[in-house]
Amino acid sequence: MMEYEAVIGLEVHAELKTKSKIFCSCSTEFGADPNTQVCPICLGHPGTLPVLNKRVVDFAIKAALALNCDIAEYTKFDRKNYFYPDLPKGYQTSQYDFPIAENGYLTIKINGKEKRIGITRLHMEEDAGKLIHSGDDIARADYSLVDFNRAGVPLIEIVSEPDIRTPEEARVYLEQLKAILQYTEVSDCKMQEGSLRCDANVSVRPKGSSKFGTKTELKNMNSFKALQKALEYEINRQIEQLEKGIPIVQETRTWNEQKGITEAMRSKEEAHDYRYFPEPDMVSLAIDREWVEEIRKSLPELPVERKNRLIRDYGLPEYDAEVITSSKALADFYDECVDIYDNPKEISNWVMGELLRLLNANNMEVEDSPIKPKDLVGLLELQKKGTISGKIAKQVFDEMFETGKDAETIVKEKNLVQISDVGELEKIIDKVMEANPKSVEDYRSGKERALKFLVGQVMKETKGKANPQLVNEIFKKKL
Amino acid sequence: MEVTKMKAHEIHEMLKKGDIGVRELTEVFLDRIEKIDDKIKAYITVNREKALEQADRVDAGIRKEENTDVLAGIPMALKDNICTKDINTTCSSKMLHNYKPPYNATVVEKLEEKGAVMLGKLNLDEFAMGSSTENSWFFTTRNPWDLERVPGGSSGGSAAAVAAGEAVYSLGSDTGGSIRQPAAFCGVVGLKPTYGRVSRNGLVAFASSLDQIGPITKDVKDCALVFQAITGFDPKDTTSVNTPVPDYEKILDDNIKGLRIGIPKEYFREGISSEVKDRIREAIDVLERLGAICEETSLPHTEYALPAYYIISTAEAGSNLARFDGVRYGYRNMDAEDLISMYSTTRSEGFGPEVKRRIILGTYALSSGNYDTYYLKALKVRTLIKQDFDRAWEEFDVLVTPTTPTTAFKMGEKTKDPVSMYVSDLLTVPANMAGIPAITVPCGLIDGLPVGMQIMAKPFAEDVLLKTAYAYECHRGFEITAPELEVN
Amino acid sequence: MPLTREEVEQVAMVARLELSEEEAENYTQELNSILQYVDKLHELDLKNVEPMVHVLTINNVFREDKVGEGLSRDAALDNAPRKEDGQFIVPKIV
Repeated sequence: MMEYEAVIGLEVHAELKTKSKIFCSCSTEFGADPNTQVCPICLGHPGTLPVLNKRVVDFAIKAALALNCDIAEYTKFDRKNYFYPDLPKGYQTSQYDFPIAENGYLTIKINGKEKRIGITRLHMEEDAGKLIHSGDDIARADYSLVDFNRAGVPLIEIVSEPDIRTPEEARVYLEQLKAILQYTEVSDCKMQEGSLRCDANVSVRPKGSSKFGTKTELKNMNSFKALQKALEYEINRQIEQLEKGIPIVQETRTWNEQKGITEAMRSKEEAHDYRYFPEPDMVSLAIDREWVEEIRKSLPELPVERKNRLIRDYGLPEYDAEVITSSKALADFYDECVDIYDNPKEISNWVMGELLRLLNANNMEVEDSPIKPKDLVGLLELQKKGTISGKIAKQVFDEMFETGKDAETIVKEKNLVQISDVGELEKIIDKVMEANPKSVEDYRSGKERALKFLVGQVMKETKGKANPQLVNEIFKKKL
Repeated sequence: MEVTKMKAHEIHEMLKKGDIGVRELTEVFLDRIEKIDDKIKAYITVNREKALEQADRVDAGIRKEENTDVLAGIPMALKDNICTKDINTTCSSKMLHNYKPPYNATVVEKLEEKGAVMLGKLNLDEFAMGSSTENSWFFTTRNPWDLERVPGGSSGGSAAAVAAGEAVYSLGSDTGGSIRQPAAFCGVVGLKPTYGRVSRNGLVAFASSLDQIGPITKDVKDCALVFQAITGFDPKDTTSVNTPVPDYEKILDDNIKGLRIGIPKEYFREGISSEVKDRIREAIDVLERLGAICEETSLPHTEYALPAYYIISTAEAGSNLARFDGVRYGYRNMDAEDLISMYSTTRSEGFGPEVKRRIILGTYALSSGNYDTYYLKALKVRTLIKQDFDRAWEEFDVLVTPTTPTTAFKMGEKTKDPVSMYVSDLLTVPANMAGIPAITVPCGLIDGLPVGMQIMAKPFAEDVLLKTAYAYECHRGFEITAPELEVN
Repeated sequence: MPLTREEVEQVAMVARLELSEEEAENYTQELNSILQYVDKLHELDLKNVEPMVHVLTINNVFREDKVGEGLSRDAALDNAPRKEDGQFIVPKIV
């Protein structure tokens, strides 16, 4: 069989975190009742005109700078004409031949190897409303409902070069892009709320060929995992077709998560001719360099720089630094802890271990964590002071996560303070030795392991509260 | 004199002196509409109750001397493509026959603030596409000078209402001549302001880069007053311009000594009736006698303005009218079972033939493959037209031309041949293409039908336009008033 | 004729207009006569002419990112031909 390689380009849409919509003053907040965040402008009433939200331009420039793009000096909006019920004006106000930014790149790292993925362009546009299909419910039968709350929420579209070769690269690119947009605080990038969306163009060709094969466009991939899986499926599908001698049809395909396959979308309609033309209701934009420099100055530390800093300043292993900086919120959490508790490695263990475990298990974002940096540090201090043991600390952490109480309160309430009183410990140890003469014997005859068992019995007796170091010492003395 | 024949500034004096109250005045106009509008057919909606409420409010304000604005209490009416909150705004289309906008156009807000009394909404060619009001879904408006003839269009209702004394003044909109051509046909004054001078917020768009709202009035002074009231930057329209607005009334005087007037020869070619040319030449004589310096000039790309206009205006219109899909407002075919047929039946039934013709032309002009051949070319021609004018401003303060090639034509005369209808915009379209201001003033009659003289000036030079028109009007030596209708 | 009836019907479809036999026939004729008139543009040499998108030379007109008052849900749906539960109804999208 011939060897093939895939050629993949991604088109990513990210909703910008502005307070108001791109062309009107309606709120962009997610989750409101349908059609409660609308006005004549975003409902496309006749006679209304768009008035551009300046922050949209600021955010677009910021994201573009973080993606190493050239910022245009002249840019304008265009109309993309097509009919769809969620599109109030019958056209989407977008950017066509003069996007705000072009020629950027993003560096991804896979198996320790760095690769640069080109970014063709970044442009601003408006989001459409939402269609609710009453599909599964046969009783309510044959119509759909339209909610225009999302219509007019600002978007940036980021189009990559066809530089991506594997589904894994695609996933890592998207993860990295998400991190950058979150770091620059231009977007929440919540895939489950639809504030980050991704389409892919994919084709295959014999390895070594420089010609592009016929591509298909993949839609409806709602998670990183879905993106990777859809691409894997589609690449195999295309290869199988070519092997059978069936040419690839240029079409739009949708990812069916349940079935785990891509399916062609109906293609009976006429090929899309969007009839782009300059938006006559808006004036063009001239972006002077001072404006760009001002925004450049405000750029925060980006993921790669931050990762390098964590390695350099705190001596973290690269793996730890990468995990922690993969999300800005997590990295902020980490930095805040390190600021008030000087043990970077211990913190990274807790953050990467316990914290992420509980967040993932509860499907929560770092921002929503009931345990704040000062709470974690409070716990670590109790442990360091010897008030609680390491084992108890994990138990307390779980409790903190569940109840939102701080460590000290929990330790007090549950009486989890470590027993470090020698007299008290000796009494317990005596009791354990009395009850386990065989083990005492074993240890004395040289079986080291017997000590572990005896210490374990003491911990059991004290419900884990005994200071393990002290217990060890006392045992060694007595035996 | 009957108040229905009077100008706004004259009525203002009466109101000030207390010779008449706003309510009484409003009732006189409402009665006249009731009496004669079944002959003229200018009004789609008469706003009786709300007009009287507003009249009472303004009466109180005038009595307490809180409202001294010259437009306070003056009854006026609006072209029905200007949005009025909770009052039907139909664009003379079945598509919007029941549409009640949830907001007011900026010009409506501005006039309301001054205490204007809005009598109702006036007929137009559907979505302002046409030159005769014959494209209205409701009915055709008649020319008060001859009921067998059209009032012009698309602001035919606006011009006819003013000429027939059914409103003191009105607002129209002008995309390719839609204020000036009907004003000329009906013997009244009409101004298309500089693009960007008046907010388009609330004007149902036909062609966004060409549309402007402007006044239609009985004389130039009223024109200046109404223009003053509606002009200025509007944060809701980012294509409106933030430049100082002069006091237009103050600058009105009849001294135009030394004014440099260009007479572009392309506006006097074949297709322009020789009698129309005669009236314009007589008017130019008046201006010369007042000390203006008149000279022939050339705007060489004039003949390309109209074809380029038809590409640009329809391309924009095709897109602007895409929002009429039966989802959020307006007409909808309720029987359609799938999405595509809901769209196509709603739109096919909701739009009239001329609107559909232009949507198809505009869609065609923007289709891939045609963009460069038609749309892009038209944009380039637009540059050439603008450059023609820019060169003219180096030598002249204003340009004077006929407003229309002929006087008002008979109903049905041009409905069969779209191109012949389009050609009636020949002389007005270039000003829209270049974004410059242009005014039409009545300058005589031919066989009992009025003729309009068009004056154009450089962007934002409405002051020069108004002054020139005012000087001419003061010295032309005759009044032009539509004959009184016979009412039984 | 440069523009065929099929083309006219196709363009109408793009614009979501359904034409009757008669309309398609008439529009084809009329559009051809309009295009013939418009073809006058081809007489000009426009190679070195910049297109003019807008007569205005102004740019950078913005609003601040502030939330203002919109429409109530009732007002938003007031003109809707079909509505339910605060939403607009459209035929099912297949």
